[in-house]
Amino acid sequence: MRLTAVLIMGTITLFVTSLLIGPAAVGPGESIAALVGGDAGALTLVMREIRLPRALLALMIGASLGLAGAAMQGYLRNPLAEPGLIGVSGSAALGAVLAIQTGLAASFVLGLPLAALISALAGVALLLLLAGPHGSSLTLILAGIAISALAAALTSLVLNLSPNPFAANEIVFWLMGSLADRSMTHVWLALPFMLVGLFCLAGLGRGLDALTLGEDAAAAMGIRLMHIRYLLIFGTAAVVGAGTAVAGAIGFVGLVVPHILRPLVGARPSLLLWASALGGAIMLLAADIAVRVILPSKDLKLGVLTALLGAPLFLHLIVKTRREPE
Amino acid sequence: MSVLTVENMKVSRGPCEVFRNVGFKLYAGELVGLVGPNGAGKTTLMRACLGLLKSKGYSSLAALPESERAKTAAWMPQSREIAWPVTVETLVGLGRTPHIPLGQKMTPADRILIDRAIDYMELQTFRRRSATRLSGGEQARVLIARALAQDTPLLLADEPIAGLDPAHQISTMKIFSRLAQEGRTIVVSLHDLGLAARHCTRLIMLGQGRLAADGSPSDILTAERIAQVFGISAFFEKTSKGPVFQALEVTS
Repeated sequence: MRLTAVLIMGTITLFVTSLLIGPAAVGPGESIAALVGGDAGALTLVMREIRLPRALLALMIGASLGLAGAAMQGYLRNPLAEPGLIGVSGSAALGAVLAIQTGLAASFVLGLPLAALISALAGVALLLLLAGPHGSSLTLILAGIAISALAAALTSLVLNLSPNPFAANEIVFWLMGSLADRSMTHVWLALPFMLVGLFCLAGLGRGLDALTLGEDAAAAMGIRLMHIRYLLIFGTAAVVGAGTAVAGAIGFVGLVVPHILRPLVGARPSLLLWASALGGAIMLLAADIAVRVILPSKDLKLGVLTALLGAPLFLHLIVKTRREPE
Repeated sequence: MSVLTVENMKVSRGPCEVFRNVGFKLYAGELVGLVGPNGAGKTTLMRACLGLLKSKGYSSLAALPESERAKTAAWMPQSREIAWPVTVETLVGLGRTPHIPLGQKMTPADRILIDRAIDYMELQTFRRRSATRLSGGEQARVLIARALAQDTPLLLADEPIAGLDPAHQISTMKIFSRLAQEGRTIVVSLHDLGLAARHCTRLIMLGQGRLAADGSPSDILTAERIAQVFGISAFFEKTSKGPVFQALEVTS
């Protein structure tokens, strides 16, 4: 399991690096000492209230997106599937946009993430209503697309009707996704949802492996497809909803990471779950370090960078796949 | 003792009834050919027997809890889906899924059964190859090996020889024949009545919304029945080279 070791080492290294980067010019030793020791001075405050939540959120959200992406691709048996497919990120974004527009976001610190979470839950409820307990994976995709489209349309409507250009501006920036200026409150808000979601998704390995042979063959091997479906929907909704609520929409991680790691785990869906969780954490930690290093003064948005990195990477993979014989 | 008992089974798809009043008992050592024209409900019957489809009536298999059923019957759908480029060994190993308790790893006994299935289907040289890179005939053999690794007394295969060349069709039927002789019960649906007549020990014929006939190939493949169920005329005789069935003309 050399791959696991490399991925774990990479995650730890990037997590520590993320803690050491910031506008305050302080040495690494001093920073860590302030974080762990805690002299209650300004540096401890910076480390514990600014850098630690940022690094923790990158780790949590990255791992969530990677895991949810691998699970979604495994369930749908489609390498182009991604966690946003079921419409949860779209509905979470709609809730956040409404919170900004109505001023709820400004009235208290958890206003925005809570509105996003409630909206994500509404999206899942609608999804379950549409895709129901019966029906194939195709129904799930179609229901997801319908909800995503509806959420996107309503988000555009809010922007369209926004009488306040500042609010519209804030909405656009929020939609790009970022981890800047997040606090431990955000971590504590997202953590329970993410833990529940990770727990749901982590149990899917065996079922996803069996699904390699198709739904009918898997069902005949004693896999309860309905069970798998619910775990996947709830797990993805919990992690993606919570992630979008605190950090905005961050794309491409759930799509690209499983795709890159698949050949390295022999294409086995169960092994890919764990590898993608670590890989997602690595990609998001690295991207969040990059936005701070490349343009420290410009507040480059994380979601913009992941898309900028992800799209060419994905194109490269497509070209590579095309060169290989079927 | 029968391996599978089906009584008075009826399946409807929406308002349309596919078939009714279908019943039979299958025993160890039988290679049963499930025949009938398109739309007669061959796939439907097999899926209903497995409990993958809602039906009225009784199937001893569908009555079992899911985990027990998976240890009793292996199912090979017609689609021959292999979604990911996993190795042949991994794919065959998926057949052990029902036997490995949740959260546990494969035991040496599981590995022995996987090896045996790979050897049985003569796939040793493909072991580490990616299953999606194999030819159609090779993939069909890998999927049979997967079903064998499930190590069940009963194996149901939906059109396992469709799309294979004549040599692969014959060798696949011979493998099923050998498995039946070793004491398993095999049910295969197929359209090639010639191969069915030569290799199957028993035929179950579906047609016109019911069980049209059930018995040995030589008893069942009568001229009237073939004309009635399939709408064709045919040549069928026991020759010195075994039973030969050849469809001739469309009669209706």
